[in-house]
Amino acid sequence: MVNFGNLLQYLALQSPHSGDTITDSSNTTLNLAKMGLTAYTLPALPYSYDALEPHISAQIMELHHSKHHQAYVTNLNKALESHVAAVASKDVAGQIALQQIIKFNGGGHINHSLFWKNLAPAGSDEASLDRASSLVAEIAKTWGSFDAFKKAFSTALLGLQGSGWGWLVKEAGNGAGLRIVTTKDQDPVVGGDVAIFGVDMWEHAYYLQYLNGKTAYVENIWNVINWQTAQERFSGNSDEKTEL
Amino acid sequence: MSSTLLRTVPALRGALRASGAPKAVGAMASTSFVRGKATLPDLAYDYGALEPHISGKIMELHHTKHHQTYVNGLNSALQTIGEAESKGDFTKAATIAPLLNFHGGGHINHSLFWENLAPASRDGGGEPDGALKKAIDSDFGSFDTFRSQMNTALAGIQGSGWAWLVKDKSAGTLGLVTRANQDPVSGPYVPLMGIDAWEHAYYLQYENRKAEYFDAIWNVINWKTVASRYEKS
Repeated sequence: MVNFGNLLQYLALQSPHSGDTITDSSNTTLNLAKMGLTAYTLPALPYSYDALEPHISAQIMELHHSKHHQAYVTNLNKALESHVAAVASKDVAGQIALQQIIKFNGGGHINHSLFWKNLAPAGSDEASLDRASSLVAEIAKTWGSFDAFKKAFSTALLGLQGSGWGWLVKEAGNGAGLRIVTTKDQDPVVGGDVAIFGVDMWEHAYYLQYLNGKTAYVENIWNVINWQTAQERFSGNSDEKTEL
Repeated sequence: MSSTLLRTVPALRGALRASGAPKAVGAMASTSFVRGKATLPDLAYDYGALEPHISGKIMELHHTKHHQTYVNGLNSALQTIGEAESKGDFTKAATIAPLLNFHGGGHINHSLFWENLAPASRDGGGEPDGALKKAIDSDFGSFDTFRSQMNTALAGIQGSGWAWLVKDKSAGTLGLVTRANQDPVSGPYVPLMGIDAWEHAYYLQYENRKAEYFDAIWNVINWKTVASRYEKS
């Protein structure tokens, strides 16, 4: 489970270390370290860039991971550094101005980190529905059948206006029911809901291969969903929260 | 009735007219929904005419696929609203509002965008002159400052959207606004010049390097169109 609350807790660690010897002020990572914080880093993919072909091209995967995701990580660290400075100087307006930037880039880091892990090469064991028996049973119970769920999820993805994500979530609370939600831009799933798996509907996720044909992208993404990861998140056995 | 709907959506009415669509005129007493269908406007230049700044492939997909989808979505939303209206189903009509905004905005925005672009070999690029130049100098300090602020606004868009040079009718001044997704410019603002910051507008050529696209597009801005919009505003 990854929760945006982690980032907010992160911001609570605001007091700069005294007597620090690091002097390179141009380096965000060092500056965050100087403040007692650890910079976020780009996670390695659990497969090669071409492993999801032909459903997602290697070119898309490489740009998406090494450029887009990296930019969210870089800009998150910069914003956190600025935020720490704004707190130290009691610049409340400056802190408020940074909130949306932290949300956007922090959300981008969370969402992509979840996304990579809930994908797997087509035909692999992880991509088999057999790896998600209790999740699939719950899906069938909720939507009537797995196909009905797929249809509802695909409709939600194609109904997004602009950039955003579609998610299967397990709701927080006693019911803990399954629900399809969409989030705009890089808004993450929050509020204790658990993201079981997500699909990126930003154009950069498919355009080089599918152009304006996003329906085909949505059809093909089902071939590379990592049902083992989805089951682990559903069962609460995932240790991703501590990894981010 | 379509006339009622269109009266309440002046911006939309303008776009329908601008598209050159023949407007169906029916008897006002008719119970059928009479509408003016939006149509895809022709470009005033070839798909390859904005190269090397915007590739022919991008222009062709952007016009024939993306813009066409907004036109279709707008007509579909209008039809659904008309049918709902004729049945007195105002709840249904209201639920279509987001689709009307999205597809209607997409049609308006792209129609304005194509017209405020031109090949660099013709009217594209350079700097405005005359009254528009004076207004830009007065409200932004200089053309370079304006361009730099516009590029900063474009780079700051989180997700899909547009940046616009607008005239604020109430204040009489020029300004910059951004709009999410396909939200059209409305209210006191008159759109003078727009730049599309959706990834489909640049990704095939520039990939993630959107700053390069934002730099290049100034070579194909049609200042004649922008000046004409300014004079009419």
